[in-house]
Amino acid sequence: MFSHKKIEKNSILMLVLVLIVVSIGGLIEIAPLFYLESTIEKVKGMRPYSPLELAGRDIYIREGCYNCHSQMVRPLRDEAERYGHYSLAAESMYDHPFQWGSKRTGPDLARVGGRYSDEWHVTHLNNPRDVVPESVMPGYPFLGKTPLHIPDVAGNLETNKLVGVPYSEEMIENAKLDLSIQTNPDADEIDAFMDRYPKAQVRDFDGNPAMLSELDALIAYLQMMGTLVDFTSYDVDANKR
Amino acid sequence: MIFIPKSFQNSSSTPEDNRNRRNLGMNLLWLAFTIIGVLLGVILSAKAVDPTMMLHGMVFSIAAVLSAFALIARNYRNINSPGLADVNGSVNYNTEIIKAGVIASTFWGVVGFSVGLLIALQLAFPVLNFDLPWTNFGRLRPLHTSAVIFAFGGNILIMTSFHVVQRTCRARLAGDVAPWFVFWGYQLFIVLAATGYVLGVTQSKEYAEPEWYVDIWLTLVWVVYLLVFLATIWKRQEKHIYVANWFFLAFIVTIAMLHIVNNLSVPVSFTGVKSYSLFAGVQSALTQWWYGHNAVGFFLTAGFLGIMYYFIPKRVNRPVYSYRLSIIHFWSLIFLYIWAGPHHLHYTALPDWAQTLGMTFSIMLWMPSWGGMINGLMTLSGAWDKLRTDPVVRFLVTSVAFYGMSTFEGPLMSIKAVNALSHYTDWTIGHVHSGALGWVAYISFGALYFLTPVVWKRKSLYSDALVNLHFWISTVGILLYITAMWVSGILQGLMWRAYDAFGFLEYSFSETVEAMHPFYAIRAGGGALFLIGALIMVYNLWRTVRGDVRAKEAGSLVPNMEFAGAR
Repeated sequence: MFSHKKIEKNSILMLVLVLIVVSIGGLIEIAPLFYLESTIEKVKGMRPYSPLELAGRDIYIREGCYNCHSQMVRPLRDEAERYGHYSLAAESMYDHPFQWGSKRTGPDLARVGGRYSDEWHVTHLNNPRDVVPESVMPGYPFLGKTPLHIPDVAGNLETNKLVGVPYSEEMIENAKLDLSIQTNPDADEIDAFMDRYPKAQVRDFDGNPAMLSELDALIAYLQMMGTLVDFTSYDVDANKR
Repeated sequence: MIFIPKSFQNSSSTPEDNRNRRNLGMNLLWLAFTIIGVLLGVILSAKAVDPTMMLHGMVFSIAAVLSAFALIARNYRNINSPGLADVNGSVNYNTEIIKAGVIASTFWGVVGFSVGLLIALQLAFPVLNFDLPWTNFGRLRPLHTSAVIFAFGGNILIMTSFHVVQRTCRARLAGDVAPWFVFWGYQLFIVLAATGYVLGVTQSKEYAEPEWYVDIWLTLVWVVYLLVFLATIWKRQEKHIYVANWFFLAFIVTIAMLHIVNNLSVPVSFTGVKSYSLFAGVQSALTQWWYGHNAVGFFLTAGFLGIMYYFIPKRVNRPVYSYRLSIIHFWSLIFLYIWAGPHHLHYTALPDWAQTLGMTFSIMLWMPSWGGMINGLMTLSGAWDKLRTDPVVRFLVTSVAFYGMSTFEGPLMSIKAVNALSHYTDWTIGHVHSGALGWVAYISFGALYFLTPVVWKRKSLYSDALVNLHFWISTVGILLYITAMWVSGILQGLMWRAYDAFGFLEYSFSETVEAMHPFYAIRAGGGALFLIGALIMVYNLWRTVRGDVRAKEAGSLVPNMEFAGAR
């Protein structure tokens, strides 16, 4: 006859049983996500971030933007109208870690790319209330004044490669160059850059060509968000969740 | 060698000598660790690829140097002390570590509540962000959440678990230096995490923001914590392990598992702060919320249930209502909680089956949660009058009532149809705070009011009237907070999905932000009341430690003798 007394008198038995009991749920829910088709499907258009976009994403993380902005459009009628097509799993497949967020103190940003002009973003990030009087967002005037400094650009790409982002040797070799030329459409290497990162946007984002700033990187990231997948050619039925 | 105590040089060998020799060996081992710590800190600092790692390397080596000095001073002080042996048949409990825990948790509580008030005010009045990197909401919000959960809550858990495990096992806390390593190591973790947030170092995973090197440090501290806790259980003079310790044990073990798996990442450089998470996208999201929900489930629930199972029966002097309910409630709670994470990801790109599974288990979780609540509340059977006569009981019991309320609200919000409205809104924030302020903080306040006179050996608290004042001020604060968030959350959720007569979305996003303003102001007011209440507690505890008794109440204070007994 089973008696709980046995467990109560043996700390190691209790510890092992606790570990078994708390492991079951996680294993059943999480493990399948690594091989189920619906969560690892590839969608046309998705590519790794360019070095400047990745730098912008790192600034987005550093400033804690995820605390107030989601990047996950739910398949609800109002959200589709407000933000666009619902988010696909594949759209965050290169996000280490994900930036889906949990709170919308500000609007969803999954498809913010191309919605506003660079000038709007510059003004808005400098002082949000200049363009949205009701906004409660902090101002980030320091971004435009801070030169973009990354200790090891290629290292960032390499580390991403290590955790599964398909950066090629060529991308890693040219990382530093690619970082500096994405704000300069006249650079000689721009064609090769565009081959590496299709649909990448190349221009001076912060309106200050004299300096590659943190603001350049952040706006480059914001302007590419949600622009990679072409939904006119996306087959919903073929990718049923 | 300067560390060799006099008794060690004598040729005769008594048990006392053996003990000293063993302690000396341990102390030298700990000293070796601090030297490694200094070297590691200096190397990290000197080779740092970014300024934050340089700073954190320095902080680490300074902490190691201070520990080395403390160890040496301690070794000399202890040579002629009676030692750790039990005196006159009664157990020589380690109360110094509990005193440190009372001070640390009270301090971090006030810090965490203050930052919370600041960020609440920032949402109502954005000018308070000061447009500086170090003071913007995005960096301060993790500072608030980590300060209240890990600094305040964590110190409360370590302190109460160390107290409860000693008293219910009738054994002195295991280890000599080890408990102090856990205590100070944990404070170092808090300092590294907090300064990191302000300087922009974060993994962006909610409640798991600290970067890889801080995570490794916490893992080390946590393993020693588990060992100290287990080793104390092994020394027990009771046959059975008391139910509170089951919860503490489950909390420590499960948090270790969650922490390690969720923080798996690859640093860009071993002398830099930046890392990239091992998981991406959907896998990253579910791993994070498996962690995030169970940080609530095991840190803020199981651990604090351990507090409930000791302090309520002890304070009202009644046995736990039902032993059988304890068993059922324990195993079902820890089994079901783990599954509930996906309810944070309803209608996202997470597969539907996982969402539905998460919802189903979240609803089932209602039952063991209420089983725990019933077990806690019914323990008062025959002692309900104490609710009137003892304001500390009022804190403890109200906390269980809030626990019941928020564990009903949680399953409700996990239903997909409800979640479609509530997710991304302030309703979630309100729900979290009814649990965090009402349950976690209230049971912590109860434990602090209980422990302070016990470990400082005072006859009573300084004032019961101030406890009562604290109770009512903070209760009004909590109610203002959660009702403001219910209204703002449901209002904003409805505004987002409102359509006008022509079938267009009725409100722009900014209009819904504007509508939040009055509620954000009320919420900040509620938070301010809660902070004022905590400051009243600090004053009361400080006067208690000094040994003062409020003249007016001298004859009517709840006496501490009843609670200061051996167990």
